[in-house]
Amino acid sequence: MPAKREEIVPELRRKLGDKIVEVVEKSPRRIFIEVKPEDVPQTARIIFRDMGARFQIATGIDTPAAIEILYHWAFDSMDCVVNVKTKLDRNNPQIESIASICTGAEWIEREMWELLGITFKNHPDMRHLLLMDDWPKGKYPLRRDYKGFDK
Amino acid sequence: MTTKKTIIPIGPYHPLQEEPEFFKLHVEGERVVKLDIELGYNHRGIEKLSESKSFEQTVFLVERICGICSTSHPIACVQAVEDAGGIEVPERALYIRSVIGELERIHSHLLWLGLAGHFLGFNTVWMWVWRYREDVLDILELITGNRNHYGMMKPGGVHRDIKVEDLPAIRKMLDGLKKPLALFRDAVIDDPVIHARLKGVGVLTRQQIIDYCALGPTARASGVKIDVRKDHPHAAYGLVDWKVITTENGDVFDKAVVRILEMFESIKIVEQCLVKLKTVTGPFDSKPKAMLPGEGVGHYEAPRGEVFHYIRSDGTNRPVRHKIRAPSYMNIATNQVAVIGQSVADATIILAAVDPCYCCTERLSVVDAHSGKRTLGADELMRLCREKTEIVKKEVGAEGPKLDWSR
Repeated sequence: MPAKREEIVPELRRKLGDKIVEVVEKSPRRIFIEVKPEDVPQTARIIFRDMGARFQIATGIDTPAAIEILYHWAFDSMDCVVNVKTKLDRNNPQIESIASICTGAEWIEREMWELLGITFKNHPDMRHLLLMDDWPKGKYPLRRDYKGFDK
Repeated sequence: MTTKKTIIPIGPYHPLQEEPEFFKLHVEGERVVKLDIELGYNHRGIEKLSESKSFEQTVFLVERICGICSTSHPIACVQAVEDAGGIEVPERALYIRSVIGELERIHSHLLWLGLAGHFLGFNTVWMWVWRYREDVLDILELITGNRNHYGMMKPGGVHRDIKVEDLPAIRKMLDGLKKPLALFRDAVIDDPVIHARLKGVGVLTRQQIIDYCALGPTARASGVKIDVRKDHPHAAYGLVDWKVITTENGDVFDKAVVRILEMFESIKIVEQCLVKLKTVTGPFDSKPKAMLPGEGVGHYEAPRGEVFHYIRSDGTNRPVRHKIRAPSYMNIATNQVAVIGQSVADATIILAAVDPCYCCTERLSVVDAHSGKRTLGADELMRLCREKTEIVKKEVGAEGPKLDWSR
């Protein structure tokens, strides 16, 4: 675990190298890092296992350009939240599951699958979490083009 | 004799349950071998709904997520908005936020303690604890106009000031609370029956807490020292003196101890804030006029653990995306490991130990997986839980917690 907040970004740069697409330090307490989808499991392993951060939650967002996932990692005791952002292809959003690295990610991946239609490869227990079991296939309520809220 | 495998469904609906949840306990004889959890019976689509509200309205919306910790979500939400929009908060508002937050923590922990007593068959504890919870609710009504759903938080500050003439009443209530709290503390911590009933029950190890990313008293009872108030200082928590309570054993007893001791810390925090509210004058609202585009994260230590809010703004008066994560989302999953190998009589209190806004196990029946005939109702399970307490009482040779008011 890094000793100080200022060491988080240098350590990530050292360990991830050119896999980091972009780093935005919005403030000392809030860091946004973008990586490619295929590098997310390695990033998770480094941040969670090696650097000892806590997985807060992940946010899935449907934007016009891509489906984004933000993995929020808290560095407690350093007063810092690192947000790892990745952009998935809107037509075929899929990414490797990180539930085998961090058990706490299991439920939120199920939730993002059913609400946004993101496929999580090698998830241990992929089934509905919030929506009912007979929810129609291919209908994702948090997609921009979903029209079913009035029914 | 063959062991029958049975499934005990707990839930999903009951008028007293705030959040419908469905626990399926897989049981072999008396032992729990597996737990299935099903959520979503009350999915209200609040994240989507929030995208249609202005930033000020959003706060009122998230206040309705939970009735018990109804100020935790608003504090996290306004902090996310302030983080995204770069909005300043006046100092006086920070103290007011902490006062409301800590009063809420006290009444929420008292609620849990009362229910835990009820589940175990100590109804006197339940009645007395809830009687003192009323005092806290009365003070919240005095300050905010409401016992719950205070409507205090807004981006940039708070909606209402705490009047200087109300300060003595708050202090008087806190003073009056200390003696009964000490009484409850001694009654629970020293009592041999409570020890026999709760120690070593539903243990969560430090590693399990880290793997499941569990939060709040659930984590602190297993020696994981995370408290967002200390780790990520916000509101007035960095300006006052208090300490994070942790214990090491991770069982139900330690979770109770953490909650009880935390109430004393909450009283300390409120007292210091009250002193500051006399001297720190000035505005309690920075009245922000515009919202910058950007994204922000806000979190707050609710009575049950960290509440997390993420907001993305495009510069309009509405969020583009608003992600909300309540602490129970992480904590309830730990039940999957905590109940394994435990007896059915202990399952009730273990499931309740994470305080999942889950207050009654009445709608509960045991169905024989083979014949589908034999059923065991809610009263039966409650009876099992209390019978075990009676057996423990005889083994220990004591009567259980005594509330000795003469002390």
